[in-house]
Amino acid sequence: MVRAVKKLFKSNYLFTLGVIVCVFWIVMAILAPVVSPYDPIEQNAELRLEAPSLAHLFGTDNFGRDIFSRVIYGGRYSLLAGLLTVFIAGIIGTFYGAIAGYVGGKVDNIMMRLSEMILSFPSLILAMIINAVMGSNLFNTMFALVIVAWPTYARLMRSVVLSVKENEYVEAAEVLGASKIRILTKEIIPNSIQSVLIMATTDIGNQILMFSTLSFLGLGSAPPTPEWGMMVSDGVEYFNKFWVAGFPGLAIFTMAVGANFIGDGLRDLLDPKLRKQF
Amino acid sequence: MSKTNEADNVLLKADHIKVHFKGKSKKDGSVKAVDDVSFTIMRGETFGVVGESGCGKSTLGRTLVRLQDPTEGHIYIDECDIASLKGSELKEMRKKAQIIFQDPSACLNPRRTIKQILMEPYEIHGLDKEKDVEAEIERLVQLVGLDTYHLSRYPHELSGGQKQRVGIARALALKPELIVCDEAVSALDVSVQAQVLNLLEELKKKLNLTYFFISHNLNVVYQVSDRVGVMYLGKMVEIATYNKLYEKRYHPYTEALLSAIPQVDDSASTERIHLKGEVPSPSNPPSGCHFHTRCPKACEKCRILEPKLIEVDEGHFVACHLYDTETDIKEGDITE
Repeated sequence: MVRAVKKLFKSNYLFTLGVIVCVFWIVMAILAPVVSPYDPIEQNAELRLEAPSLAHLFGTDNFGRDIFSRVIYGGRYSLLAGLLTVFIAGIIGTFYGAIAGYVGGKVDNIMMRLSEMILSFPSLILAMIINAVMGSNLFNTMFALVIVAWPTYARLMRSVVLSVKENEYVEAAEVLGASKIRILTKEIIPNSIQSVLIMATTDIGNQILMFSTLSFLGLGSAPPTPEWGMMVSDGVEYFNKFWVAGFPGLAIFTMAVGANFIGDGLRDLLDPKLRKQF
Repeated sequence: MSKTNEADNVLLKADHIKVHFKGKSKKDGSVKAVDDVSFTIMRGETFGVVGESGCGKSTLGRTLVRLQDPTEGHIYIDECDIASLKGSELKEMRKKAQIIFQDPSACLNPRRTIKQILMEPYEIHGLDKEKDVEAEIERLVQLVGLDTYHLSRYPHELSGGQKQRVGIARALALKPELIVCDEAVSALDVSVQAQVLNLLEELKKKLNLTYFFISHNLNVVYQVSDRVGVMYLGKMVEIATYNKLYEKRYHPYTEALLSAIPQVDDSASTERIHLKGEVPSPSNPPSGCHFHTRCPKACEKCRILEPKLIEVDEGHFVACHLYDTETDIKEGDITE
């Protein structure tokens, strides 16, 4: 496996790029107090909407705050919301969908109807309701995001499992006496996880935006906390000053694309048929 | 022990097996995939099963290894009724009966190496901690005609024949007595088919195996089988040794089926019997003899009474009224 990963780095440049970008943002977020040149929430009325310069690499916003510092700090919230939400929702959805699809019958029916109940609400409204009921803080917002996000994974996983479980290797394991849990974890999930993984990487960007939408509505992170999505939505008012919305937008964009590249690479790594090719 | 020699030799005894699949709604009725089938398999023999697609032969084979639970009936392997086993007893029974599947590319997990695939039976039965498992796997691989370097390969890196050999090796890992070959060679090229058949024959001698060989390819069944069972619409209509069946077929269906084998020698070929119509739906089979709708020799009795499997010659069983003179239509049998 280690060898395969090394090989992947060497041959799949997009994967390498994705890893570099994502690691870059994560490290920046962790080291924010060290690397950011200014305090992200300190206002300076004299420096409102300054264009990018050497002193302020990404310029300043309408309160004269340094956008570069804010983008670095913003990663702390946005990345946490994006990565952790997708990770938890993905795991819940994978197992839920796999069990529903594999067991089938009434269990499947009940489990899927339950997940559809959540899907039937507009996701933003549902997240707002959960958030409003539980009180608004970072943890609760992420909890709401997970609640809204996991059914999609469950449905995807279920549909893949439905076809994977018909393969003869599943029956072969059954004839050998394998338990249902063993069949699920060793035969079915490894062969179905691929599409969930790819969806998860594309979903990271979505979740960051969703989080910022909630922040914009006053849930999640409240101003003046720097957060990428909120910075974009604030910056839209000043669309002739591109840097206000542009740089945080670029951060979301690079993060999402980077995660996508990683997803592609992972798919190749997990599929022995494709592993040969690189 | 006062058992006769013959009884000692019985490895598997199927006793009135029924496998019915329920329809989605109650109105649909159930599909009688296997309907009241009884037979025995002797130790060390190859029992071939032929029949059109949809006649229930695969379902029967899957039932014998408990991939499918029988709706009714008993299956005795070594005097032990496996039809009702559960849990750890069922797991233990798995060691005795294994199956080789039709599609070699679908029967191996694409994400595991051949070694991991062959390790599986040992892991499941907790035998993987033993020292000599690696050696055992290497021995298995060589037994089925592969090399040890194949162990590190993934299934997609092997050819169809090689994959089927891996499937055979996996089935052999637990040292079973009975192996169900469910169309084991039909997905392979003809040249590879012969190789795999030879391998099966060789393994049978070496390991003292018993095969339940399912195929729609009559030539293949003829080549490997000691005894042949002919199935039609969930019923066993004729059971006989290979030689007996070659000499004389009693059941009209068998006659029609076997006349479909292409002959090399033109003079030896018999008139091809063409059956009219389609196989009736197994969810709503015809009354009486299931074959009467297509049988050229059907009579009134066939429409009403269901024929029983009777012995017409030594070891030759037929379910057909043409040879059953004892039973006749009674007043009460005529319904509607």
